[in-house]
Amino acid sequence: MRTFLSYCRRNPQLAVGLIMFLALLLFWLIGPLVIDTDDARPMSALPDLSPSTEYPLGTDSTGRQLLPVLLQGTLYTLQIGLIAGSVGLLVGIILGFSAGYFGGILDTIVRTGADVILTIPTLAVLVVIASLIKDRLDPQNMAAVIALLAWMWPTRTIRAQVLTLRERPYVEIARLSGMGDVKIILKELLPNLLPYLAASFVGAVSAAILAAIGLEALGLGPQTDPTLGMTIFWSIYYGAILRGMWWWWAPPMAAISYVFIGLFMISWGLDELANPRLRRAA
Amino acid sequence: MSLGYVIQRLLIFLLVIWVAMTLIFFLPKLVPGRDPVMERMTMLMASGGIQAEGITRMVEAYRSEFGLDQPLFVQYLRYLSNMIRFDFNYSLAQYPTKVLDLIALALPWTIGLLSVSVILAFILGSLAGGLLGWPKTPRVYGYLLGPFLLMSSVPFFLIGLLLIYVFAFKLKIFPIGGGSQFGQLPSLSPSYILDIVYHSILPASAIVIASLGGWALPMRGMMITTLGEDYVILAQARGLPPRRIFFQYAMRNALLPQITSLALSMGTIVSGSLLVEAIFRYPGIGSLLFTAISAFDYFTIYGVVFFIILAIALATLIIDLIYPLLDPRIRYQKQ
Repeated sequence: MRTFLSYCRRNPQLAVGLIMFLALLLFWLIGPLVIDTDDARPMSALPDLSPSTEYPLGTDSTGRQLLPVLLQGTLYTLQIGLIAGSVGLLVGIILGFSAGYFGGILDTIVRTGADVILTIPTLAVLVVIASLIKDRLDPQNMAAVIALLAWMWPTRTIRAQVLTLRERPYVEIARLSGMGDVKIILKELLPNLLPYLAASFVGAVSAAILAAIGLEALGLGPQTDPTLGMTIFWSIYYGAILRGMWWWWAPPMAAISYVFIGLFMISWGLDELANPRLRRAA
Repeated sequence: MSLGYVIQRLLIFLLVIWVAMTLIFFLPKLVPGRDPVMERMTMLMASGGIQAEGITRMVEAYRSEFGLDQPLFVQYLRYLSNMIRFDFNYSLAQYPTKVLDLIALALPWTIGLLSVSVILAFILGSLAGGLLGWPKTPRVYGYLLGPFLLMSSVPFFLIGLLLIYVFAFKLKIFPIGGGSQFGQLPSLSPSYILDIVYHSILPASAIVIASLGGWALPMRGMMITTLGEDYVILAQARGLPPRRIFFQYAMRNALLPQITSLALSMGTIVSGSLLVEAIFRYPGIGSLLFTAISAFDYFTIYGVVFFIILAIALATLIIDLIYPLLDPRIRYQKQ
């Protein structure tokens, strides 16, 4: 713990990012005790009320209370990001390790596949899929849709790292002493790549949230569950800006920015942890 | 530039287009047992919203063109050939109009807005990053860039929302949205062009502000690395003017990786800008996609998505082809 704290002093980005997420976690844990998330449903209050002591963030045009919406929405949005990001990372680990370690034709296929699909704008493909199942979208299957195209970047970066590790002397020794391939991957390579994996996990989560928010801003999100992006979409749809209802779009916007800035800080910090050579430049 | 390189890049370009089209064709088929396009058309027919005759003809065209009674493989080939010929069928929402015509109307707006703002952000961001990595730059500029760095991690359209609220709704300096004054006929008159520029300032600023930091941060790192190179030290030892060292020795070399990442992040930038268009009701591809989605206009969605993919692949190809001209190491690699 002590070494961790002293490390955080050297790496303030990581500390700031982690504190931001701890605060979010607290909001998550304490929020539902104070705020009734049932109030996030339409018609839970009179529509179009500005913030007051009774409704701290006011209500929208369908009578949702916006503070519960904010709580619920942050939860959903993080949930989508974490699910899609985990799936992306898992596929990336499997493909990246097998391609980087075994090489050969498998490597060629995986590398070309990931590179080609990376050039395709993810959002465009997701728009097609999501628009066909628009009426059945909920946070879970939204995460599933996004996970379909969340694996390329992790695959690519993990493969590149495995390639450089594969030829290290300690891997060579493990191989010569008769360790099996799977065991080498799990015992020698994986532990050494943990900081990288953490960094690509954060990257994958943040890319997944970006994709989710993008789809939602186009109206391609859960039609009834109040995610952050959908709240912004509805506020645009009902012309909240021109009606001066800042309390409708500003809080979800702040929440989205908060999440992204927190993720950005963590990934910046992890980058430095995983890549000590950057320290000289800083 | 060797011929082999050009051919290799062209092949990758074609591969990207083919893979994208295949994904778009097969992924929706994973959704079990429905044809939302047919459902939507039947719904339109039942409600009699638009000319019933038109819809009937469209249903027939859809059936025969995509050969829905045929095996999946035949459908796939038909779909590929339709897409390559830019035949996207009629718009479901604006019936007698073809999807291609809608795209042709929207495309110039998007290309204009995107090219100006992306190039501007790239130049400004790289310059700012270069200056930050340059030891003689006053510290103050570093703090100025901080907010931009944070904003680069936020989606473009959120910055757009904020700009609309502050500059269009509160201060009323700029129009709330749209591409030009309502009711004005397009012409080449100076007042019309001025009007277009006036309407594009806010959306363009949103894109520039949101992407500037993303160019500055890696550029700063590259600049620091480049400044440690022998040729820069030699240039300093020779007593060359700092301005010349900065631009011709350091910036020029540090820019190369930036151009690679421009090619890599094309998709993200374009997707982000499409959303900016949508919230500004800017009459480009993004708004077309936005309205098509809310009207369940599947043919338009497919057409627009295909065009976006094509445009990004094309932009990547162009950057790939320009790159060897800038970096002789690639030019001579194979020889």
